[in-house]
Amino acid sequence: MAEPTTTGSPTPDEPLLRAEDLRVHLDTPRGLLKAVDGVSFAIERGETLGLVGESGSGKSMLVRSLMGICPSIARIRGSVRLDGRELVGVPRKEARTIWGNRIAMVFQDPMTSLNPVLRIDRQLTESMRLHLGLGKKEANERAIELLTLVGIPEPLKRSRSYPHQLSGGMRQRVTIAMALACDPDVLIADEATTALDVTVQRQILDLLQEIQAERGMGMILVSHDLGVVAGRTDQIAVMYAGRMVEHSPTADLFAHRRHRYTEALLGAVPRLDVPREQRPRAIPGSPPDLITLASGCAFAARCGAADDLCRAQRPELGEDLGTHRFACHHPVGTDAPAGADAASGDGADEKPSLMKETPA
Amino acid sequence: MTADDTAPGALALDDKPAAATGTDPLLTVTDLVQRFRVPGGMMNAVAGVSFELGRGRTLGLVGESGCGKSTLARAILQLTKPSEGSVRFDGQELTTLPKAGLRTMRRRIQMVFQDPISALNPRRKIFDIVAEGLVISGLPAEQIRPRVEAVLRQVGLDPELVSDRRPHQFSGGQCQRIAIARAMVVDPDLLICDEPVASLDVSVQAQVLDLLDEMKHRTGVSMIFVAHDLAVVRNISDDVAVMYLGTIAETGDTAAIYDTPAHPYTRALLDAVPAPDPAAAPSGPALGGEIPSPMNPPSGCRFRTRCPIARAECAAHVPTLREIAPGHRVACHFPLVGEAAVFAGEATAGAPEAEAAPAGAEAAAAEPAAEPGSEAPKQD
Ligand SMILES: Nc1ncnc2c1ncn2[C@@H]1O[C@H](COP(=O)(O)OP(=O)(O)OP(=O)(O)O)[C@@H](O)[C@H]1O
Ligand SMILES: Nc1ncnc2c1ncn2[C@@H]1O[C@H](COP(=O)(O)OP(=O)(O)OP(=O)(O)O)[C@@H](O)[C@H]1O
Ligand code: SF4
Ligand SMILES: [Mg+2]
Ligand SMILES: [Mg+2]
Repeated sequence: MAEPTTTGSPTPDEPLLRAEDLRVHLDTPRGLLKAVDGVSFAIERGETLGLVGESGSGKSMLVRSLMGICPSIARIRGSVRLDGRELVGVPRKEARTIWGNRIAMVFQDPMTSLNPVLRIDRQLTESMRLHLGLGKKEANERAIELLTLVGIPEPLKRSRSYPHQLSGGMRQRVTIAMALACDPDVLIADEATTALDVTVQRQILDLLQEIQAERGMGMILVSHDLGVVAGRTDQIAVMYAGRMVEHSPTADLFAHRRHRYTEALLGAVPRLDVPREQRPRAIPGSPPDLITLASGCAFAARCGAADDLCRAQRPELGEDLGTHRFACHHPVGTDAPAGADAASGDGADEKPSLMKETPA
Repeated sequence: MTADDTAPGALALDDKPAAATGTDPLLTVTDLVQRFRVPGGMMNAVAGVSFELGRGRTLGLVGESGCGKSTLARAILQLTKPSEGSVRFDGQELTTLPKAGLRTMRRRIQMVFQDPISALNPRRKIFDIVAEGLVISGLPAEQIRPRVEAVLRQVGLDPELVSDRRPHQFSGGQCQRIAIARAMVVDPDLLICDEPVASLDVSVQAQVLDLLDEMKHRTGVSMIFVAHDLAVVRNISDDVAVMYLGTIAETGDTAAIYDTPAHPYTRALLDAVPAPDPAAAPSGPALGGEIPSPMNPPSGCRFRTRCPIARAECAAHVPTLREIAPGHRVACHFPLVGEAAVFAGEATAGAPEAEAAPAGAEAAAAEPAAEPGSEAPKQD
């Protein structure tokens, strides 16, 4: 376990946010669940990391661990440094001032961060008075400024409404305003636009990008949709079963995707920029159980190129942050080995415990 | 999926009216209005919708949250009583049908909902959930089991392994398979799917879409597929209707909607779909604002408050849904007809109007009568 150093001051050559071999293990009644297992990345000011992967791949647990808001059964190990300052293992009280101010998060369901019985203005001003020590008048003015910034029409009038009186898109704008209230250095959006209309999704993503550029924040965009992160990130990490399987500068990842899972995930996205005959392709089967995870590549059971090597030995990702890293024995662009499972993509490998047997 | 242990016809429930096949549409909705009385006035959730659904065809019904998609689906099923208009299903008017007749009809129209987990009764076993429609129809128990097991296999679940479990033991995608099995077990003629994949991640989404597509081909069921994202319905739909604030903005076959969208709203919906390609230039300006409240819709064209090419005329007159090409109808004074240039502000928009002469009786029948008073410009 990394020895936490709670007193380091910002080091000039340190990135804004850096995670090293970060692990979040959950003590569940069924056994140890490795929700995040050895993840490393670094984000500079003004940079955006896209985090993609299927449901259950550990995206939320990863970003929650950066915020120090994991469930009580979680053990966080490894290292997370903000401006060179270690966050893992920091006493709660001290942690709260760091996390509360410097890393902020927007969730999929805005009601996670909104109090349904408090007016919008109260919710905004209360956190600013608490964290920034602002006076009432100052806080009020700043609240209106923030609501204007996030594009809420008639902010003065809207600030007096309760959350349920606003549309989903407006509510999400309010939670973004709340996240920005304390001028964070890092903003995390965990599926913040997943529940919204595509039109409103585009508005909110544009808004986040604008604000980030203006303030030079670091940002993490979490989504299960590669379309959402493609045009809006500098680097992308593809998560599978708690680990990064591919991590690379964005342009590189799309130009030369190497991991078989990245390729499958991309093939599943419904898109308009390809001929209609090119249908989205389902990834056969479902992600593995993180408690009983076997050795080898976690994607092997669903991968068309998997062979005995894949099932026996876990491919390594590589250590060099900033380069194109991928953990695959038979990356895209190399021939699938002879004798690989010819997964045809239509249910050949459906979850064996529940799915019907498919005659060979 | 290869399970072909069931002949396509084997699920046919009781006798259907033998007549009324041929070319007449399965479903004809005409000038449908659904109002709700709410504090402070009337909510026109569906404000005059007309369309036809051909036998064996799939209609994608697309629009933003709150535009009335679910309300329209519920009104078709007579789950709420439509305020005005007509719903003809297989030659029979549903809005005036007595209770007993409705019950039979409802079995022939099945629904799958967005939130798969809460749509399934958590206390019941999967077998009982799927069997429910057959039990209600009074089928003898010994005939129920084989039918339930067959349909479970068709949706890719092993009956032996799933029958005795309860919904919470399944993932979202598996619950959606169960919901589809429950709907398909009674061999419906029409399946209405209300955002069936909206809460699923992309790969499970593709699995469920594949399954519905397979069901469609296996049974010939007609389908209305509701979504808020045009990319999702592109492959499964034969026709698409784009809804805005309780009305249909544009409708046509998939080629018309995706290749030559004529309504600025359709264009904006297409542009909002993010391409998984960082090199792709952002297409078109982002659509600003949000859908207004159906309590007091804008005068004239309902879309004009967000429309990038709206002019004075748009506030004065309600555009009617008119045919601009065979089967392609649009409710806009200045249709784009595929000219992206118009969207960028070039004034060529009026030109295509010349082609818009109603094409004979076909078009006339499908064109809804203008709303009463719609010609009188409202003042705002
Ligand atoms: N409180 C908890 N107790 C036990 N297991 C949990 C808990 N929270 C999450 N998990 C498990 O941890 C793993 C990672 O979950 P996480 O929520 O990070 O996934 P995700 O990638 O964010 O998925 P989604 O796209 O559905 O949000 C999953 O296997 C999940 O079942
Ligand atoms: N029973 C009701 N009473 C009052 N208003 C209603 C009722 N049902 C729906 N509405 C209103 O009618 C409008 C259309 O709602 P509807 O649920 O049909 O939209 P939708 O297109 O299905 O949206 P979503 O994508 O969010 O599901 C909304 O403004 C809604 O608030
Ligand atoms: S009628 Fe006018 S406001 Fe409505 S969509 Fe067409 S151009 Fe825009
Ligand atoms: Mg999550
Ligand atoms: Mg709905």
